[in-house]
Amino acid sequence: MGKPKTIIEKIWDRHVVHQEPNKPDLIYIDLQLVHEVTSPQAFEGLRMKGRSVRRPDRTFATMDHNVPTIARHIINDPVSKKQMETLKENCKEFNVPLADIDHPDQGIVHVIGPELGLTQPGKTIVCGDSHTSTHGAFGALAFGIGTSEVEHVLATQTLWQAPPKTMNVQVTGKLSPAVTAKDLILAIIAKFGVRFGTGYVIEYTGEAIRNLSMEERMTVCNMSIEAGARAGLISPDQTTFDYLENRRHVPKGEAFDKVVKDWSSLATDDGAHYDATVEIDADEVEPQVTWGTNPSMCIPVSGQIPAPESAKSEAAKEEIERALEYMGLEANQPISSVNIDHVFIGSCTNSRISDLRRAAKVVEGKTVHSAVHAMVVPGSQTVKLAAEAEGLDKIFTAAGFEWREAGCSMCLAMNDDIVPPGERCASTSNRNFEGRQGNGARTHLVSPEMAAAAAVEGRFVDVRNYLATPV
Amino acid sequence: MEPIRKHSGLVYPINRSNIDTDQIIPKQFLKRIERQGFGQFLFYNWRFDNEGNKRKDFSLNDAKYDGASILVAGENFGCGSSREHAPWALQDFGFKVIIASSFADIFYNNCVKNGILPVQLSEQQTKELVEKSEGKSYTLSVDLEKQIVFDSEGFKADFELKNYLREMLLNGWDEIAVTLTHEDRIDAYEKANA
Ligand code: SF4
Repeated sequence: MGKPKTIIEKIWDRHVVHQEPNKPDLIYIDLQLVHEVTSPQAFEGLRMKGRSVRRPDRTFATMDHNVPTIARHIINDPVSKKQMETLKENCKEFNVPLADIDHPDQGIVHVIGPELGLTQPGKTIVCGDSHTSTHGAFGALAFGIGTSEVEHVLATQTLWQAPPKTMNVQVTGKLSPAVTAKDLILAIIAKFGVRFGTGYVIEYTGEAIRNLSMEERMTVCNMSIEAGARAGLISPDQTTFDYLENRRHVPKGEAFDKVVKDWSSLATDDGAHYDATVEIDADEVEPQVTWGTNPSMCIPVSGQIPAPESAKSEAAKEEIERALEYMGLEANQPISSVNIDHVFIGSCTNSRISDLRRAAKVVEGKTVHSAVHAMVVPGSQTVKLAAEAEGLDKIFTAAGFEWREAGCSMCLAMNDDIVPPGERCASTSNRNFEGRQGNGARTHLVSPEMAAAAAVEGRFVDVRNYLATPV
Repeated sequence: MEPIRKHSGLVYPINRSNIDTDQIIPKQFLKRIERQGFGQFLFYNWRFDNEGNKRKDFSLNDAKYDGASILVAGENFGCGSSREHAPWALQDFGFKVIIASSFADIFYNNCVKNGILPVQLSEQQTKELVEKSEGKSYTLSVDLEKQIVFDSEGFKADFELKNYLREMLLNGWDEIAVTLTHEDRIDAYEKANA
């Protein structure tokens, strides 16, 4: 046997098309996912040079960022409308399959890829979207690219990329009940910062990761970019194969057995070397709430908002001061004393069926606080239908939640779902940047359970006690 | 893409870390289907108040910085969303060189692909440049062939740039055309992996 390799190196080696000295490698891209916001200029670029899409069969498009989540066909903003129409025309002209707004497969690009079985172990996957790292949950090398690169992949099905450095994020121990994959990834970013992954592809390993379901793994990998890493992945195992079996684009029968054999060989070899390793103990992770304007500004729900004086450097101190001012919070305030105005359950981080099930369990039989506007936006039409078949929509609407159509919605507020200036939102999405959910909006990132409990109480509560207390 | 070899210009400093692409260009301006015209939306929520008036307390609105073409910022510049609208907005506004103590990966690549030169200097060096340019009209020069940044007062710093990216910027290459010279390799790869 040769030198032990990480899954990252194995996937890389399989995809090198061309190498020459002093240049990055030219690597083959197995799948490109496309959405309406980052693609128009790429298609326009092809048109201007008279180029075509090399492999429409390895390209898949959907509409998610701009789509209305109520009154599906009333798109108030003419520029949004134009962008969606442009995607439709581009897909038609270049023969790219599209799940448009009326299509039963429509949904957030990172939700539908796995759902349809397009996402598979060992693939190289790109999309003009930074949360493409989500697909790494399957043991794929998946990363976000800019629009120029979208055009490059459309034209050539390849990209010039330097081999990445590898990092092992080892998660030992077990997550406690009601502590979720979302809390884990937030705790990782809080511990190591928003830059620790820059230049690396992360592999998440360890007992706590192995015990996660596929949907939980997607939540973890999704937020790799918030740690600066372009990609994060998890070696495939039986959990991965079970999820993929019988999905539409996955081989069936004997062909499936064969492909599973190949996928199994991708997992990182014992003794493989990583360029860096960090460790975190899952036993110590509590439910998390972000208090500031980047995802590392995050504390356990039992914690207090930090004081600027606690910062290690002058720059960090100023950052905390600015974040407190933007967020309208006081130093040393317990996070559980913060009242909220909105709850958003959705986004490619936490809008899958298991997320909705867990949130529904928290709100079942309860009522949304009178001061709170709450909504659930399923990640895809498929998730929506599945949730309705189980009656989850009824649980949410009976509690006072709005039940919406699939899309990105309030994760980035590009459609009409906007948090007004100065108002506060408990959100299951992935970014709490200034203005992300609307100009002046204040975002707190949490798990679906925590968001659901916050909706009922009007403030942040420890969902662990909450679930334990009979009402 | 316009080649870039040497550039001298007015410096605009923005002394913050972790400036994300949501700040560089807020999402409400990502809906256009063209590449041009994004400069008017650069740092929109910082430059303009809710009524769309220029904020006096945001330094880019200061006439002193009119025509600035070199931006200096703190660490992790361009983190967050992969939107190429961020470099498009910076470029359309007139910035040709971005100096920071570190950059987010995707943003860094996106700059080069659009002919913007990203220059990574040490924290100490960026701090010095911020001090030199804050509230003042300060001109800096960049020579990409020599890979140096310098001013007329004796400041001089080397910077690294991958060979390939340097060539691309110096020559203003169309990367797709370069790749298509290897089309036979791509065909062969597809055949072998069909
Ligand atoms: S849900 Fe949010 S993070 Fe995910 S793709 Fe949509 S906008 Fe991006």
